Amino acid sequence: MRTALQHDLAESSNEGALLKRIKDGERELFYKLVQPYEQRVYAAALSILRNEAEAEDAAQEAVLKAFKHIGQFRAEAKFSTWLLQITINEARMRRRKQLAHAMEPIADQPTEDGEYVPRDFADWREIPSETLERREIRDALMKALATLGEKYREVFVLRDMQRLSIEETAKILDISTASVKTRLLRARLMLRDLLSPGFGGGWTTKLSFAKGNKPWE
Amino acid sequence: MGVNCEKVWRESSNYIDGDVSAELRKAIEEHAQGCSRCAAVLSGLKNIVQIYGDERMSDVPLGYGQRLHRRLEEDMHPARRGFMGWMVAFAASILVGGTFEVAKSASVGPQRVSQHSQPAFRKIPPGLRVLVSLGGKIFHLPICSTINNRATAVAMTAQQAIQDGYTPCPRCLRKYLQVG
Repeated sequence: MRTALQHDLAESSNEGALLKRIKDGERELFYKLVQPYEQRVYAAALSILRNEAEAEDAAQEAVLKAFKHIGQFRAEAKFSTWLLQITINEARMRRRKQLAHAMEPIADQPTEDGEYVPRDFADWREIPSETLERREIRDALMKALATLGEKYREVFVLRDMQRLSIEETAKILDISTASVKTRLLRARLMLRDLLSPGFGGGWTTKLSFAKGNKPWE
Repeated sequence: MGVNCEKVWRESSNYIDGDVSAELRKAIEEHAQGCSRCAAVLSGLKNIVQIYGDERMSDVPLGYGQRLHRRLEEDMHPARRGFMGWMVAFAASILVGGTFEVAKSASVGPQRVSQHSQPAFRKIPPGLRVLVSLGGKIFHLPICSTINNRATAVAMTAQQAIQDGYTPCPRCLRKYLQVG
């Protein structure tokens, strides 16, 4: 039976082989290389731009840039990390242009100094999975996420929505793992405070009468 | 080891991620048993992670993959751009004409694709038993907490799911998706 390590090695050699063939001229294979990551690329762009059309455009541009510069990709890095770094840079550049155009200050983010103290201590009912079937709830969740500062949104999307590791998130955003953890803590606490009025009552009372979902139970 | 509320809040995110020592974990849990405020913070955080991690929160716009593919094609073969424009218009007219036929079909699922066109999925053991639910695009391990419409889920092998065009759940199948 093959071990997980053998699977990993086989997979990286598959992707490595694909990369070699693309660099050797089989350019049509590039889409095959990118396809498993296209959802992540879009989500990363959306986390910064907060607009679906803009995010899709930025995602396309990032993939095209990766294609044009594939010769510069070094095999010691992960392709997915490299691709997401290009995406984040593309989205940030567009965001800066938007802000400059709107004559808004770029440094509009709160600092990481000082601790974030939770404001709401209401116990949440367990959130039933069916809740997400409701479009207005998904919209409310995305709206809450959009109100976070960019640096918190980026970390939260990569870590909690795209399920990347702390280390991968740090590498893509070019920050330390300690910063990832600090920003993630703040993002999660802020979202919890923002959403407490809904999930503490209105959104779930008709759907579930379960008690709060205790992590230790 | 005793902890106060501030310490619990500071470590709450690491606690949810399982990134605290056994001693600290025990201390946090003992504290939360007697502190309703910290209990509310921890349960709320867990819910946040769970709900935003659901696949339905990471949908891409309809047709996004196709548009991306088309743009890449145009970039690779600029000379074909004009021709492609006509082809797209032609395909659109066929699509409109065929809509009624498609609407009649009861089988609406992901497009069948070759397993070999998805290199990142190959490390998933082909015989692994997975679940897919009606109308979903993702396959899961049976223990996964993010399965949408679990009541409609059907079991199949991972190989079959990939061939049928389903993609692996980034949460429960994460360990197979680490690509080097």
